[in-house]
Amino acid sequence: MNSLFEYTLRLGDDSLMIGHRLSEWCGHGPILEEDIAMTNIALDFVGQATSLLELAGKFEGKGRSGDDLAFLRFDRDYKNVLLVEQPNVDFGVTMMRQFLFDAYRKPLFERLQYASNKEIAAIAEKSLKETKYHLRHSSEWVIRLGDGTEESHTRIQEALDNLWRYTGELFYSDDVDKELIAAGEIPSMDGLEKEWRQTVNEVLAEATLKIPESDWQFDGGRKGMHSEHLGYILTELQYMQRAYPGLEW
Amino acid sequence: MSNKEWPLWEVFIRSKQGLNHKHVGSLRAADEEMAIDNARDVYTRRSEGISIWVVLSSNVFASDPSEAPELYEPSDSKIYRHPTFYDVPDEIQHM
Amino acid sequence: MKEEDRAILEQNFQAKIDNDIRIEPNDWMPDAYRETLIRQISQHAHSEIVGMLPEGNWITRAPNLRRKAVLLAKVQDEAGHGLYLYSATETLGADREDTIDDLHSGKAKYSSIFNYPTLSWADMGAIGWLVDGAAIMNQVPLCRCSYGPYARAMVRVCKEESFHQRQGFEIMMTLAKGSPEQKAMAQDALNRFWWPALMMFGPNDAESKHTAQSMKWKIKRHTNDELRQQFVDVTVPQAELIGLTVPDPDLKFNEQTGHYEYGEINWDEFWQVVKGNGPCNKERVDARRKAKEDGLWVREAATAYAAKKKLRKQAS
Repeated sequence: MNSLFEYTLRLGDDSLMIGHRLSEWCGHGPILEEDIAMTNIALDFVGQATSLLELAGKFEGKGRSGDDLAFLRFDRDYKNVLLVEQPNVDFGVTMMRQFLFDAYRKPLFERLQYASNKEIAAIAEKSLKETKYHLRHSSEWVIRLGDGTEESHTRIQEALDNLWRYTGELFYSDDVDKELIAAGEIPSMDGLEKEWRQTVNEVLAEATLKIPESDWQFDGGRKGMHSEHLGYILTELQYMQRAYPGLEW
Repeated sequence: MSNKEWPLWEVFIRSKQGLNHKHVGSLRAADEEMAIDNARDVYTRRSEGISIWVVLSSNVFASDPSEAPELYEPSDSKIYRHPTFYDVPDEIQHM
Repeated sequence: MKEEDRAILEQNFQAKIDNDIRIEPNDWMPDAYRETLIRQISQHAHSEIVGMLPEGNWITRAPNLRRKAVLLAKVQDEAGHGLYLYSATETLGADREDTIDDLHSGKAKYSSIFNYPTLSWADMGAIGWLVDGAAIMNQVPLCRCSYGPYARAMVRVCKEESFHQRQGFEIMMTLAKGSPEQKAMAQDALNRFWWPALMMFGPNDAESKHTAQSMKWKIKRHTNDELRQQFVDVTVPQAELIGLTVPDPDLKFNEQTGHYEYGEINWDEFWQVVKGNGPCNKERVDARRKAKEDGLWVREAATAYAAKKKLRKQAS
């Protein structure tokens, strides 16, 4: 297996899918200012997906471009975590999904910015700045909704209860990352989950939210086994490229 | 619970180090953190700024336009406050 | 206020406008000027916001990552423009929420072009090229309009919009030189959007009830027909350049006037769409209303949290 390709693909697919989900909000946000804010975040993710998938294509060495990877794979070949493909449902679910993901992405990029692989490091360094703002934005909203009204508290608690089972997969590790760490391409991920957990504990406490007790966790995304939702995302995402193969747009 | 909007904020942006914050517009936000975030997202999308001030619009006090003559016109006649009021010989280049 | 005082105020007001002195929010202004501005600016704001929807349709279906980013950024700009414009109406004392409720109740109008459906990717090109092109023609003169906050908002809008039309034209150009299906897709989009784009400038001057007063107040600087002519003159050669055909059999260049003559606009269709009978009027307003209703609990939560935070700050 080409671990550099696989690893970069995972990062790229995470950005691609969560960017896609956020972009679905454009024009439908709860207030104009927030519509603009979510679109900014979506744009950051589309940008990250573009650089990461380009790089993955380069690592693969088979001449596939970032667009080829984004638009022309089958579902089993997408390697994003299940969390990022979960539907928006409402603003609370969207913000909770974002928060749980941002809290993982920040310590991840903090490590990757020092990767000896310079290309990964460069993308991580740029993305880290974006991620810090994303985390600030999503944390503030989780706190507002958790400690806002009774209705918002109930809704965001439910969002947390439903999304919690997808968070374990954020720390999924297999031969791909082990090999890259051993080869010194990327730094060790020791303490990543602990840092994530600390951010999550702090923010959820301030939001007066309770972490679900169930520790049952789903995974599969990293291996290409997805939820039903991915198929629908791909139906839209790939429509043009599949209907009119091989054209310039 | 009121169905009413979030308060209105006035946004001031410093475009680069060394320049004043300048009024650029307004927006709605529930609190000051959100006002800063929203100002960043609405008014600095094209690298227009490096620093933001937000002020609740209700905290801005404005002079009354109908008093403009007594407030501002008296200074128009004090032309001795401007350097061009003074004659300096042509030989002197920098003063 | 006495009648003669009002007459003096109105004289001074018109004198300022005639001398190109901008009117600012706290200045005295005739009620009719204020009302006309609120109507005009809020219609403009609504058009930006409703205008997000037909293009928003294609964000998740954009054909590549570059196009997806560009389209997202463009639709986001429209939200920004709506916001700048609502802010301008607020300086006239019109509450944003009330203004938006007027849109949702059908009382306030917006540009009819957004009641047409976006059926293909080429429509993203046609909208950028034609609809933004027409909008820019309307908007550039408004940067010099007599009301300060509106003029300043328009300066910002025009500056940001300069990329919108170009990205639309670029999409059309790419399609026009692409495969036969792509070219057909581009031609089909031009066929569907050409006439609605001409209608964007509003009724013929003879039918336009506000034009004369608005021009006197300098909140409109050219008549509808002048702007429409300018648009046709500029756009027809662009279509020819990329090998697309403007769907108007009567279109011809008049060597003497230096202008294109174009066929009769279907004003029945125009008024039907204005009245709410366009293909997507209901979908557009429903989508906006739904966004507002679905967001209510979010806005309430933020208000409640801000109040709690303030109390805690005072207590500590």
